[in-house]
Amino acid sequence: MSTKSDAILRVEGLKTWYPVRSGLLRRTTGWVQAATDVCLEIAPGETLALVGESGCGKSTVGRSILQLEEPQAGRVIFEGRDLLELDADELRATRRNIQMIFQDPMASLDPRMRIYDQIAEGLRSFGIAESESHRRKRVEEMMVRVQLDPATIDRYPHEFSGGQRQRICIARALAVEPRLIVCDESVSALDVSIQAQILNLLRELQDELGLSYLFITHDLSVVRYLAKEVAVMYLGQIVERGPTARIFEAPAHPYTRGLVAAIPSIDPMRRGAPPPVLGDVPSPSDPPSGCRFHTRCPLVMDRCRHEQPGVYDVAEGSSRCFLAEGSQPS
Amino acid sequence: MSALLEVRNLRTCFPGKDGPLPVVDGVSFDLNRGEVLALVGESGCGKSMTAFSTLRLVPKPGRVTDGSVVFDGVDLLELPVTQMRTIRGSRIAMIFQEPMTCLNPVVSVGRQVVEAIRLHEPITKGEAMSRVRDLFGEVGIPDPEARLGAYPHELSGGLKQRVMIAMALSTRPEILIADEPTTSLDVTVQAQILELLRELQRERNTAILLITHDLGIVNEIADRVAVMYAGRLVESAPREALFSNPLHPYSQGLLRSMPARSRPGQPLPEIEGVVPSPDQWPTGCRFSTRCPVRFEPCADIFPNETRVENERTVWCHEVERNLGGEGAG
Repeated sequence: MSTKSDAILRVEGLKTWYPVRSGLLRRTTGWVQAATDVCLEIAPGETLALVGESGCGKSTVGRSILQLEEPQAGRVIFEGRDLLELDADELRATRRNIQMIFQDPMASLDPRMRIYDQIAEGLRSFGIAESESHRRKRVEEMMVRVQLDPATIDRYPHEFSGGQRQRICIARALAVEPRLIVCDESVSALDVSIQAQILNLLRELQDELGLSYLFITHDLSVVRYLAKEVAVMYLGQIVERGPTARIFEAPAHPYTRGLVAAIPSIDPMRRGAPPPVLGDVPSPSDPPSGCRFHTRCPLVMDRCRHEQPGVYDVAEGSSRCFLAEGSQPS
Repeated sequence: MSALLEVRNLRTCFPGKDGPLPVVDGVSFDLNRGEVLALVGESGCGKSMTAFSTLRLVPKPGRVTDGSVVFDGVDLLELPVTQMRTIRGSRIAMIFQEPMTCLNPVVSVGRQVVEAIRLHEPITKGEAMSRVRDLFGEVGIPDPEARLGAYPHELSGGLKQRVMIAMALSTRPEILIADEPTTSLDVTVQAQILELLRELQRERNTAILLITHDLGIVNEIADRVAVMYAGRLVESAPREALFSNPLHPYSQGLLRSMPARSRPGQPLPEIEGVVPSPDQWPTGCRFSTRCPVRFEPCADIFPNETRVENERTVWCHEVERNLGGEGAG
C-alpha cells in the first residue's frame, strides 16, 4: 500500500466500537464493532468514495473523522495533525476546515430558521465576516454559488424543494471555506433528475475551489461518476481499496464483485444476472469468525472460516482476501 | 384478446385551494396475464396513487373521480365494497416499500400469513400453516420451519420483504402490485428479491404491476414500461425499445441523467428545473416547463396520443410533428 505524504486526510487503524449495555447496572455486555482497523487517505482536490451496505460502518467512519463519535484507537491525520490528539479549542478551530452534508436536508435544517440565519450560523461561530452587512453579502454569494436565487434569502426551508434544500445545506457547508467535505448519502434521497443536478454542482465546486470529498454512499453508480478512488466496507472493515475504474472493471474482493454485479443494469441488451451474493449481512455485534464475509462468499475456502485474512496488495490498491495473498504485485 | 387488467382514463383528485387537483389525470394502460409492467416516474408523479386507485385504496380526502378499472371483465370501480374486498388481497395482491409498517409487530409472521389466507379461504389453521411453511421455502426464507414463529423485528429487511411476498402470494393472485418493493433494501438483497419476483412471474404466470423510480430495476425485470410525469403518462413502450431509443424528451432526460450512463470527466446531462406541484401544472404538456425541445403549442395544448410502431405510444408534440401525421392517431 503506497502512502502518499501529501494526503489532506489520512486515517490509520481507526477503531470505533459502540458498547452494548444491558442489565440493571448497565454493564457493557458486548460491542457493536462498527469500524475496525480502518485505513484510508484522500488527496487534496480529490474524491474518495466509501461504499457499503447499511450497517457496514461507513457512516461511523465519517462521523469518527469529525469526532462526532469517539474512536477507541487509531489516528485521523488532517493536514499533518492528528485530530484525536487536539484539545477542545484546537479541534473546534479545525472543524471549520471539515464540513459534513447529510442525506436528509429537511432533518439537518432548522424549520424555524430563515435560510440566511442557517447559512450565516457557521460564519458567526467561527468569526468570519463580522459585520451584519458583510455576512449578508457572503450568504448571498454562497447562494449564487449553489445556484439558488439570492432573493429567497429570508425564506424558510419548507418553501424549498428537496433538491433546493440540499443546495442550502451545501451553501451552509461552503460558507466557512472548508477544505474537506464529508458527504454522507448526500444524493441518495433525491430523484434521478435532481440527483444529476446536485452531483454536477458538487463536481463544479470541487473544480473551482479544490475541495476534497469523502463521499459515503451505498449507490455504486454515483461513485463511478464522482470518485477517483473507492474504499469498499463490509461489517466494519475496509475489504478493498483501489481506483474507481479498476474497482468496477476488475474487482478483486468477492464482496466487491458481488456488489458491482448487483447494480441493476440499464443496458437493454444485458440483464438477468443471478444474484452473486446470497443471504443477509450478519450482525456487527457478533461478526463471523475468520473472514467476516465468509458466510456469504461464493468462493469460501476452509481457512476463511477460522483465519482472518490480512490486507494484501492488488493492482493499485488492496484486498482483504486470501485469494489476493499470492498475487503480490511488485 | 383482452387484457387481464384494463385501466382507462383514470382520474384521481385531491381537494386543493382552488378546486380539485387531479394527481392522476387520465391514465390508461393494459396489464396482460404473466406480464411485468413497470410504472416509472419521479416522486410526486402519481405512480403510487395510480396503483392505489386501481385497488380503490386512495387515502381520504382523495378519490377516484373518473375512468374505469376493468379486471377480468368487471369494472372494479363499480363493485360493491364487500366484493372489492374479496378481490383485493386474493386475486389482486399488493406489496409495499416498507415491510415493517405492513407487518403487525406483536404477531408472529407465520400467524400473520395464516390469517391472511383464512380471510379468503375456508381452511383449517393447520392446513394454512403447512401452506405457509411451503410458501416461506418457495420465497427463499432459510429454515422456514423455524421462522414461522419469528416476530417481524427478529427478521432482517430482506427477510421481512420475503414474508410480505409470501403473504401476497398465499392466495395465488393473478396480479401482484409491487410498490417500490426493494427501495429500502441493500443492493445485494435487492438483487435477490428481483430474482425472486422474476421466478414467480415465470413459474406462476402472475402479472406484476411494478411501481418504481429506479430505471435499473425496470430494465432488470419489466416487459413493458409506462413512464409517468406529473399525473400523466408520457410514453409507453416495450422495455428494449424504451431503453435503446426513448422517444419522449422526459424519458430521454431521465435515462441520460443516470450516473451509470455518464462518461468519465463529463458533466451529467441534467433535466433543468424541478417537477411543478399539481397546482402549477401547465394546461398543455406537463413537461413543457422543462422540455428542451418545446415549441409553440406545447404549453397550451395537451399532445395527442401518438402511436409509434407496434405497442408504442408517446404523448409529445415534437414526436407527432416528426412523424408528420403518418401512423398518428
